[in-house]
Amino acid sequence: MVKATRVTNDIRALRAARGEMTQAELAERIGVTRQTVIAIEQSKYSPSLEVAFQIAHELGVPLDRVFQYPGGAS
Amino acid sequence: MTLGERRSWTLLVVAVAAYGVYLVLVVGRSASVPLVEVDYVPALLWSIGAAIVAGILIGIALGLVTPKRDWKKDVRDRDIAAAGDRVGQAFLVLGGVAALLLAVVEAPYFYIANAVYLCFVLSSVLGSVTRVVLYRRGF
Repeated sequence: MVKATRVTNDIRALRAARGEMTQAELAERIGVTRQTVIAIEQSKYSPSLEVAFQIAHELGVPLDRVFQYPGGAS
Repeated sequence: MTLGERRSWTLLVVAVAAYGVYLVLVVGRSASVPLVEVDYVPALLWSIGAAIVAGILIGIALGLVTPKRDWKKDVRDRDIAAAGDRVGQAFLVLGGVAALLLAVVEAPYFYIANAVYLCFVLSSVLGSVTRVVLYRRGF
């Protein structure tokens, strides 16, 4: 029933590249809880398209630099 | 741990505890009389009432001890709550169908009431388990 998402991401590295932005800071900026940022970083939760774009915007990179879908659709 | 996850744990523990106490009381009384003749109504009503009151009081207590930054609910909390509700609602429907079928065959009230109560408990327990699992393992 429960299956972690196949979507991977580089949020942790991109946060570090943005002056060590903390999970709490990113969460505050995009209007979610820190636990949700943690879940997204660990690929335990696929964010909505809107939240994904907000994350990319706050990290200052395109969406596909933040999120990847290995192997393509299947 | 967010407030939503803590509340899911609370509902799970309260539902299991209340139903456990009810079962102990009813089964204990059936030692002297047949099961269907046990005066189950007071135990049933008290256990449902106690579960509701305990859920409210523990929910208030959790709100007081949870740091304010963890009060916030976001889209993930809502997604998880909706998934838990979907699982729980399936058992509410099952309880209704079970009660209907038992009424059709004119089963004793004991079985009708207990089928409905069991499905209420299963609804609460499995809905809460779903939420806790989704919080812990992701989806």
